[in-house]
Amino acid sequence: MTARAFKIEQLIQLLAKMPGLGPRSARRAVLQIIKKRESYMLPLAALIREVADQIKTCRVCGNLDVTSPCHICQDPKRDTATVCVVENVSDLWALERAASYKGLYHVLGGTLSAIQGTRPEDLNIKTLIERASGGDVGEIIMATNATVDGQTTAHYIIERLKGVSVKITAIAHGVPVGGELDYLDDGTLSAALKDRKPY
Amino acid sequence: MEWSDHAIVLAARKHGEGHAVLDVLSQQKGRARGYVRGGSSRRQRPTLEPGNLVDVTWRGRLDEHLGTFRVEMIKATAPDLFRKPPRLAALDALTSLLAAILPEREAVPEIYKECLVFFTMLGDDGTADISWGAELVRLEVMLLKTLGFGLDLKACAVTGELDNLCYVSPKTGRAVSAGAGQAYQDKLLKLPAFLAADTPAAPEDIRAGWLLTGHFLERHLLLRPNPAVMEARSRLAGYFS
Repeated sequence: MTARAFKIEQLIQLLAKMPGLGPRSARRAVLQIIKKRESYMLPLAALIREVADQIKTCRVCGNLDVTSPCHICQDPKRDTATVCVVENVSDLWALERAASYKGLYHVLGGTLSAIQGTRPEDLNIKTLIERASGGDVGEIIMATNATVDGQTTAHYIIERLKGVSVKITAIAHGVPVGGELDYLDDGTLSAALKDRKPY
Repeated sequence: MEWSDHAIVLAARKHGEGHAVLDVLSQQKGRARGYVRGGSSRRQRPTLEPGNLVDVTWRGRLDEHLGTFRVEMIKATAPDLFRKPPRLAALDALTSLLAAILPEREAVPEIYKECLVFFTMLGDDGTADISWGAELVRLEVMLLKTLGFGLDLKACAVTGELDNLCYVSPKTGRAVSAGAGQAYQDKLLKLPAFLAADTPAAPEDIRAGWLLTGHFLERHLLLRPNPAVMEARSRLAGYFS
């Protein structure tokens, strides 16, 4: 293999490690990038370099952005009295895609897990307590996943927030939009029935 | 090789993008692990939550191989406990402890049976927290005994007395009476009355029970130091203060 072909192979191997891509799809992506050198390859390379140089973890909420505080924490249109607690940045992005929440966020960076060995000090919990105790926050929305680890983490945070004058709420669990009862698992149905509301 | 059994999910670790390595306590085979294809998918993930009762079929070329699991849900335990912090903490503490200390491929049918009883108590709103708390302590005492480190709580190790047993030696795991242990009470572990005799338990008895079992579990059965497992137990104990 020539040195040039080896470089391309290296690029394919690196791309193949990304989520959702295998060796075959990475090969197709690399071929496409190479074919469209001006429109894909050069801007992509420049952007990756730029983001790699500038990416920061927001010191307030833990979001990833090129500035710290991030663009959400700096946005004057946001409701600064409401903080939504999520497990990971991907959850924050999911809520942002929904565009129905206009408050701020707090990214924990994972969940407590006895199996994985994740302890409270490994998560972004201390800064959340400090944020809540600061006096500017009126409501904290627990939006951790509906898993044993996610809910255990939520309960732990709620325990730690006892004594702090802040309203604590949690997102609902139950039937997804477009979901048919026949296809839902027992746990989701059970949670949906338990969280039912007056019509 | 292939076998099918009922099992309790202890843990599922994500493997690759969409798969998982599942750890279960099965009725007849004991603790078993296997690869679940698509185990991290949106469809299968709820089935692999700790505490769920599932039907598993294990396949592998040799018994000692990791093998693969096919899993079907029988009963979901966790979702009913999501809004009940102490009960969810108990589920988390027990399943993570079992995953950390049970040896693989050794049948422990009595532990499996007790776990089912315990999860039924957790899911039953009519069961008081004190009742399932005491049951969990008894289950851990049984776990120690089954794995070869049973406590001797029938008679005082010093005087042979059968009554008034208040302490346990942290070295031998044998009971000590109030009189004989008086001078060493700082060094001895407290024996809650409900373990020595069939008496009702109080919150402080439950905490003392977990301290007692936790000491021996950590000393004899947690082969590697696992602070996260012990912290899960501490969080649970915090609900009984």
